[in-house]
Amino acid sequence: MTTPTPRTPVPVHSPREAPSPVHSPREAPPSPASSTPGGVGSSPRRPDGTLKVTGEFAYSSDMWMDDMLWGATLRSPHPHARIRGIDVTGAVRMPGVHAVLTHEDVPGEKRYGLEYRDQPVLAFGKVRYRGEPVAIVAADHPETARRALDRVRVDYEVLEPVSDPVRAAFDPDCPLVHEAGEDLPPAHPAHHRSGNRVRYQPVRTGAFADGATAAEVRALADVVVTGEYQVGMQDQAFLGPESGLAVPAEDGGVDLHIATQWLHVDQSQIAPCLGLPPEKVRLTLAGVGGAFGAREDMSMQVHACMLALRTGRPVKIVYNREESFHGHVHRHPARLRYEHGATRDGRLVYATAEIVLDGGAYASTTAAVVGVASSLGLGPYEIPHARVDAYGVYTTNPPCGAMRGFGAVQACFCYESQLDRLAAELGLHPVELRIRNAMSEGSRTATGQRVDMPLPMADMLRRAREMPMPPERAAAGPVDVRALPGGVANTSRGEGVRRGVGYGVGLKNLCFSEGFDDYSTARVRLEVVGGEPAVQVHTAAAEVGQGLVTIKGQIARTELGVERVTVLPSDTRVGSAGSSSASRQSYMTGGAVRAACLAVRARVFELVRAAGLVGDDHPDELLGLAGGKVVSGARGVLVSLADLLGASAVEETREFRHRATEMLDPTTGQGASHTQFGMCVHRAVVDVDVDLGLVKVVALDAVQDVGRVLHPQQLAGQIQGGSAQGLGLALMEEIQVSGSVIRNPSFTDYLIPTILDVPPMRIEVLEHPDPHAPYGLRGAGEPPTLSSTPAIVAAVRAATGRPLSRIPVRPEDIVGIERD
Amino acid sequence: MTEQTHEIRLHVNGVPHTATVPARRLLSDCLRHDLGLTGTHVGCEHGVCGACTVRLDGLPVRSCLMFAVSAQGHEITTVEGMAAPDGTPHPVQRAFRECHGLQCGFCTPGFLAVVAAFLEENPDPTEEQAREAVGGNLCRCTGYQNIVRSVLRAAELAREHPGAEPPGAGAAAEGGRA
Ligand code: FES
Ligand code: FES
Repeated sequence: MTTPTPRTPVPVHSPREAPSPVHSPREAPPSPASSTPGGVGSSPRRPDGTLKVTGEFAYSSDMWMDDMLWGATLRSPHPHARIRGIDVTGAVRMPGVHAVLTHEDVPGEKRYGLEYRDQPVLAFGKVRYRGEPVAIVAADHPETARRALDRVRVDYEVLEPVSDPVRAAFDPDCPLVHEAGEDLPPAHPAHHRSGNRVRYQPVRTGAFADGATAAEVRALADVVVTGEYQVGMQDQAFLGPESGLAVPAEDGGVDLHIATQWLHVDQSQIAPCLGLPPEKVRLTLAGVGGAFGAREDMSMQVHACMLALRTGRPVKIVYNREESFHGHVHRHPARLRYEHGATRDGRLVYATAEIVLDGGAYASTTAAVVGVASSLGLGPYEIPHARVDAYGVYTTNPPCGAMRGFGAVQACFCYESQLDRLAAELGLHPVELRIRNAMSEGSRTATGQRVDMPLPMADMLRRAREMPMPPERAAAGPVDVRALPGGVANTSRGEGVRRGVGYGVGLKNLCFSEGFDDYSTARVRLEVVGGEPAVQVHTAAAEVGQGLVTIKGQIARTELGVERVTVLPSDTRVGSAGSSSASRQSYMTGGAVRAACLAVRARVFELVRAAGLVGDDHPDELLGLAGGKVVSGARGVLVSLADLLGASAVEETREFRHRATEMLDPTTGQGASHTQFGMCVHRAVVDVDVDLGLVKVVALDAVQDVGRVLHPQQLAGQIQGGSAQGLGLALMEEIQVSGSVIRNPSFTDYLIPTILDVPPMRIEVLEHPDPHAPYGLRGAGEPPTLSSTPAIVAAVRAATGRPLSRIPVRPEDIVGIERD
Repeated sequence: MTEQTHEIRLHVNGVPHTATVPARRLLSDCLRHDLGLTGTHVGCEHGVCGACTVRLDGLPVRSCLMFAVSAQGHEITTVEGMAAPDGTPHPVQRAFRECHGLQCGFCTPGFLAVVAAFLEENPDPTEEQAREAVGGNLCRCTGYQNIVRSVLRAAELAREHPGAEPPGAGAAAEGGRA
């Protein structure tokens, strides 16, 4: 097989400390093994950094083979329609066209799905969302492929779209998106699947568990606040479009070079659709231009493989931006209803939430999102009586699935809004109310799970409150319009501009939950290259920009005392690493690399003993690895790895699992469903032009506990990047869907924050180690995305006095113009 | 396809190239597909994200908004041509790597082009100026803070080694790498 644009293993370059923006108030625990330069806790340069600044890093859209064909996808123009017939003859006859395929050409299973196999590879029977793939073409030029699509005739009988998720959840007369008799796999019995409901999960504690009504529980409270909220559909908006290259192999299989978050789960979905055994579908990670959840589900994977196998030629598919908006799942939009009751002195007595998540046409991760939204729907507060009802439903809207913080983001906006309303009712400072009801280590969540790791929420809130404030706007003197809402549009000279401050705190589960067998695999090889010890680390984990590739090298250096580490490209030649999602890879693949390193270390020590270097007089001698040498605590250097190993190599592969989690009880929602909790607190300061409804975020400062900092510089990047995405959801990012059709599928109309929208962000990082996790670390990527949104909205509320119960906040919500 | 094509000569990173393209071929597609210079990235195809930014006679332009035929007669510099002839990375490249000014890196080539041009005009920017300079480029990963640091650090590096900075483009790149 010829290989496409090669990606050479990336040597980890000699590290140099870059100044760390992270302030750690607590001393990090000493490294468990050695203090090799570039190890855990330092900030070595990312090994792919050089290729990324020289333009040589090969993203999936850059893959190239001289004889390759270009694939293109015909998508449904209707959100809901029956397919009466498909005629491809016009397309097949076009010169340059090598294949035109429909559902009839799918060699194996006709459906796939991340958690539940309900999504057709190519539509048959019905289309259920606008943009659903119906036919695929391979041609010798991308334009030829696109023109061929125009010649495919599809006869549709247009059906009424199912656009309203609340109706889909509760109206028994609502048309079904997936009709009875469709031959779908059985749903999980605990998911209460029925009608358009993908999953319903209740949670009941206290009096609610004993069957008390809301009215009965309400009587226990002095103050009650209620709210109805809406969360719009957010897009991950990664910059590098969906793309991949499938290359047919001589053994009848296929090699796929793909930007994804989880190679093995792609493989396990692709192979049955192709009718091939998994070992004949080999995946290699191509360069990933951002992910944020959007690449957890498949896009063009099966299509490219089908075309490659049919034509016998390599096939490349690249989506453009408009197609990308239709080609991946989005964050679930949600409608939510909350009620909180408290005593006069600000103790929460009860809370209820009804959460409806719009899953769109196919299940994707909707069931898991419901699991998160139900279990964490009331946030990090001690609440004696809790009732949550979370629903995920099918509609004919664009399919929704994973996006950074999924399920928890939607709920966090609401419970934090509720706490602010309650604080206002009680005349308490929002931080004070939160501190009075804060969870801490030993608390129980609404699902009865005991928090058995540090959760210094009260301390974090205090720290956020005490962070230095940005300077006040000058009352007089010259005006710099760039610092005002509206900026150089020059819409204000400062009149009508009000400042507001708001807080947000969120609780996110990290790693996979609800009994999932969550594991990662790592292979570590130690050998001597050019007279020096060198380590190779091989995993299937997806580097999506977060910097896992750096972390893997750091762990190997720390555990093996060897500076030279090479991280091999990720592929399916090694066991699954699980997904680069749920903030889990430092924990899981980090844990696997560490376990494999420890196994290699144990083998090295056996060699030391076998060589008689540990004398009879030192049987229990404590051995270590440092500076490329085997050292004894008592006697110093025993032997160099170069001398010990000679021409032989030591290689070990290990699987790493986190502790088991439980399913939620289907009627009470009780269960220790999560492995680990992450928390971030934000304080936002905004200036709002109350006449025009424009917002300028002046400061967005964060306090996060990460257990243990592995790489201060990359950690800051995660917190700041996550905070910026939360800012986007608060103020500007929304896929506008009407009549189940996306109205703004471009970066002209879907706005993501630029640097001019994002203020300087101060970060305070705490390190209270989680005793259950490798190095005590806590996943860090998602929590900031939860808390930044409600903090900003709270600040805008403080500036304007408006209720602001939907995100993103629109100018008319601030100005107070009603919409119909 | 029977569409009329044009033989064009493009001067990219100091090297002459020829390509046969239809008049409507975008410069971004021409660089990526016809010349194989895939370091120029396409994120939005219509001038919003800035990932496709290259330098045309030293000035940053969005290659997705320009036809390849109209780039004839101009010196084009892409990310592949930023390093000095001896391979020494440009201070802006060094700074982005050093300051973790990138995560997925998809936006990076566009930022590099914009920042390199900006620093030639303004070698000692304030933080405020650094922010404004990259106001037209999108990054979805970083939250921009490390990008600002990278810009300021690049200015510092360029000042430390004034001789080492390769001229970004234009006549000075003549006789560059072959
Ligand atoms: S691709 Fe040219 S600006 Fe986005
Ligand atoms: S680093 Fe990913 S878009 Fe900027």
